[in-house]
Amino acid sequence: MSEQDNWRYAFYLGCVIPNRYPMIERSIRDVFEELGSELLDMPGASCCPAPGVFRGFHIPTWLVIAARNIAIAEELGVSLITGCNGCYGTLRDAWWDLEHDREEKKHVNKLLAKIGREYKGNFEPKHVIQALYLDMGKEYIRGFIKHRFKDLKVAVHYGCHIVKPSDKRPWDGEYENPTFLDEIVELTGATSIEYKEKFMCCGAGGAVRTAVKEVAADFTREKLVNMREAGADIIINCCPFCHLQLDLGQLEVNNFYKDIIGEQFHIPVIYITQLLGVAMGMDPSRLGLIKNHDLKGVSPFISIQPFLDMVKEQLI
Amino acid sequence: MSDNIEKYIKRKVYKGTSSKIAQKFVDVGLEKLRACINCGTCSGSCPSGRRTAFRTRSVLRRALTGDESVLSDIDIWLCSTCYYCYERCPRDIPVTDMIIKLRNIAVEEGYILDSHFGLASDIFYETGHGVPANGENNKKWRDLRESYGLPPLPPTVHSYPEALKECQTLMKEVGFRALLDNAKKLKDKRKLEEEKKENEKEGK
Repeated sequence: MSEQDNWRYAFYLGCVIPNRYPMIERSIRDVFEELGSELLDMPGASCCPAPGVFRGFHIPTWLVIAARNIAIAEELGVSLITGCNGCYGTLRDAWWDLEHDREEKKHVNKLLAKIGREYKGNFEPKHVIQALYLDMGKEYIRGFIKHRFKDLKVAVHYGCHIVKPSDKRPWDGEYENPTFLDEIVELTGATSIEYKEKFMCCGAGGAVRTAVKEVAADFTREKLVNMREAGADIIINCCPFCHLQLDLGQLEVNNFYKDIIGEQFHIPVIYITQLLGVAMGMDPSRLGLIKNHDLKGVSPFISIQPFLDMVKEQLI
Repeated sequence: MSDNIEKYIKRKVYKGTSSKIAQKFVDVGLEKLRACINCGTCSGSCPSGRRTAFRTRSVLRRALTGDESVLSDIDIWLCSTCYYCYERCPRDIPVTDMIIKLRNIAVEEGYILDSHFGLASDIFYETGHGVPANGENNKKWRDLRESYGLPPLPPTVHSYPEALKECQTLMKEVGFRALLDNAKKLKDKRKLEEEKKENEKEGK
């Protein structure tokens, strides 16, 4: 089996990517295709379910629904990848928990038998970034880079569940100062800038956004202030819920905290595969960067035109 | 677990402690908290506590001593599950997971916010997604998908009605539907009692 055969994945969509930020789905599908990877659909997959909110309601429900999603990928005979930190948190933790608790696994399979499914646990759930960085590797990806940015300052936002809990993640226990996402960003010639509290949470997760939107937005305010101080041109992230919180949340921060932030925020929020794709010479329309509709009240909520201008000026 | 620990957890330190709830704290594994040395690393690492009244250490202390008022406190829903407390605890207490378990007991006792109940019962249970794209209200999101060359609905439960039924079967079998219905009943009952109390006060 060649290496390439290992780059067949089941593409676990989750909720926010397909249903609120479909441009992210577009860019993951097309960038992976360009990199020679095959993504298989997971028919009938559901919400992961979200690790803070639904797990907070009922852990057994969280575990059995997660196991069902993993089982769908197992039937395809490959590891699943997800582009969402929340889904990654759930699917990876559920997989970890089930692999370390035989009784629990038996119980989950008793429930899954009622719908004719079985969880085996032989494929490790992965994040899109994990597939890029650990499976394919930087050197392989570097071979696809056609253009490099000359001057693009990026505030990289990791989010939480891609690195934590670190005992259930593949990053050798590193959670205080990971660099894998910065390294992928810098393949494109962009500079990942240092900023205060870089690894802080965006505020959306763990049921907080649904509980008290103002509290979630206050996390976001702190991040945005720090990013602006450091001179960020754009924000790069690897999670659609962080993406939503940093994009739609910017409007909320501009509204809730207008008296304390000074100037209003308008920093473009770009998903990692969108950035990688333009550097790979892909047409921005394949990466969901070109708006081709006149719909109102849809994402992105903060204009990404400044980023597209930089792409035009620096890459072509 | 030793009898002493059980006694310790059941100890009526705070007013309002009931042994029934304290037993639940024990049952879900909150006894791990006895390793806590009150160093405050969890509170000090908490990005939520910097802007709210949520103090991780205090919440854990109240759980350990069986203080059931912690269940109705909105603070337990202000944890964004960033896992810094979990990572940095010098006593290896899985702090974030403990908060999740506390939330589970809170919901069982009917302490769930309206917004969370709606999300669980009307959205997740009914559609299989936490953020759905089906239904009349979500037409713009389906149109947005199409504008990027994607089918209006993703190949998830949205495109496979029998898959949604599978999820609902599992949610019934594992007790989620019953849990939500019971939480609603308890919540409504509590609301009625409060209203009655209010009315009596005004009557006086």
